[in-house]
Amino acid sequence: MSDYLKLDHIDKTFTRGGLTSEVLKDVRLTIDKGEFISIIGHSGCGKSTLLNLIAGLTQVTNGAVLFENREVNAPGPERAVVFQNHSLLPWLSVYENVKLAVDKVFSGAKTKAERHDWIMHNLNLVQMGHAKDKKPSEISGGMKQRVGIARALAMEPKILLLDEPFGALDALTRAHLQDSVMDIHARLGNTMIMITHDVDEAVLLSDRIVMMTNGPAATIGEVEEVKLERPRNRLDLVSDLRYIASREAVLRFLYERHRHVEAA
Amino acid sequence: MALPAAQPSNVTVLATKASAASPAAPAAVVALPARKGGAAGLLKSKTMKRLNAIALTVIPPLLVLLAMMLVWEIACNKPGATLPAPSKIWSESKDLITHPFFVAGPQDIGLGLRVMTSLQRVAIGFGLAAVAGVFLGALVGQSVWAMRGLDPIFQVLRTVPPLAWLPISLAAFRDANPSAIFVIFITAIWPVIINTAVGIRNIPQDYRNVAQVLRLNPIEFFFKVMIPSAAPYIFTGLRIGIGLSWLAIVAAEMLTGGVGIGFFIWDAWNSSRLTDIIVALAYIGVIGFALDRIVAFVGVVVTRGTSAS
Repeated sequence: MSDYLKLDHIDKTFTRGGLTSEVLKDVRLTIDKGEFISIIGHSGCGKSTLLNLIAGLTQVTNGAVLFENREVNAPGPERAVVFQNHSLLPWLSVYENVKLAVDKVFSGAKTKAERHDWIMHNLNLVQMGHAKDKKPSEISGGMKQRVGIARALAMEPKILLLDEPFGALDALTRAHLQDSVMDIHARLGNTMIMITHDVDEAVLLSDRIVMMTNGPAATIGEVEEVKLERPRNRLDLVSDLRYIASREAVLRFLYERHRHVEAA
Repeated sequence: MALPAAQPSNVTVLATKASAASPAAPAAVVALPARKGGAAGLLKSKTMKRLNAIALTVIPPLLVLLAMMLVWEIACNKPGATLPAPSKIWSESKDLITHPFFVAGPQDIGLGLRVMTSLQRVAIGFGLAAVAGVFLGALVGQSVWAMRGLDPIFQVLRTVPPLAWLPISLAAFRDANPSAIFVIFITAIWPVIINTAVGIRNIPQDYRNVAQVLRLNPIEFFFKVMIPSAAPYIFTGLRIGIGLSWLAIVAAEMLTGGVGIGFFIWDAWNSSRLTDIIVALAYIGVIGFALDRIVAFVGVVVTRGTSAS
């Protein structure tokens, strides 16, 4: 079970116009199958870069991302991404947005009827079946993000990468979607890696919370293990001592040891 | 205790209303016709509203046009005037205005038919320019090396006036019709290329990431992401392009001859039919306006999804 996804001594530097900036330095992490990992850190610490590296959207400078003992150097549907701002194609309906993914991934494996059922199954999974013919501009932000999750899930990914998926949503919608994600994680058992700014969200959802130090040359500072049994209920957890301890650990890391230094 | 009192008062209100609508008939019988009349009235007010809107867009330009004609008439309706007055145009070129589609011989045909031949050339030339322009624009927008190599050349070529291409194309095609079509093509293609390239360059990185995660191949990416995403820009280019091609066709036809509207103007000038020229100008203006509006309308329909985001 170990070494399902391995980040092996990863360095990432960006070069632009002769200026080299070191974003990530010596990132090492091993993730098990079915684990829910949150990556938390201040803005600009390279969280998104790290996720893009796992997704294969950008390439490592040194080291390697190993997925099932194979090096990742290109994006692929087995590592689906839920983007921060949903990234639905606005000229396609909700159904067509998911269909684009399903047709591409399952063009050989499923018949047309099976693909239709699979699209509807995934839309229903995020409770968006009723809006299948709506255009993204006609639905709310939370609904768009649901469709984005449905599109990612419809690729039947082995790993689901979530890039601040609920960052742009209001607190109530956010809580609702967090419950949906927990439910999906419990049902499908995917490995999930989520970037977040929100300490409560990280503790509620994760098995482990990866805390990043501040950039430049950011790396993993600490890893907090959240030993809470699932299914988790946000109301019960409020007074749970382990929850409070984990929350405090993350907060101490972020605001005591690695306070964000404002750029002068 | 209040309810029974309220009911009769309601009835009286209804009755007074009904009797007000038709004081001669008893209230109970009048109720239905009165409602019908109300619906018809609503319909009437709707059509009235629409008529009102049409009148608001049509009447002001018509009034201005009338005023201009009046000034024109006063200025030119005297002996020794160099240009014909509206009344003279009407008396001398009445057949051209009232019968756009007459055929009285191989070179003596209505202006509507002449416009059709010109439009046909524009359709072919502009159609080719649209397809080639979108592909070249996509290439320049997508590939840094294509942009570095092609963009400076495009920027130079696009400043060449349309008619300057005509001798070259006459030499190459040795025929008037394909030469005119080529001039249209070369005139219309630059704004299409440049706008498409800008549209492609402005495709959000998010859409590119989605395409990469889905592993869309270049052809799928072109049709499913690039074209829809750049559609608003492409249509801006097409709209400029169709306007330029309509400008160029008249000039090209003046030189190449044939049955187009451009040659008609040249021919009328050579035979001193000034009134015919003015009628032809009006035709050209109206058709050019219609072409612009058609492309704009198609653009609005096609890009409804993209621009709504």
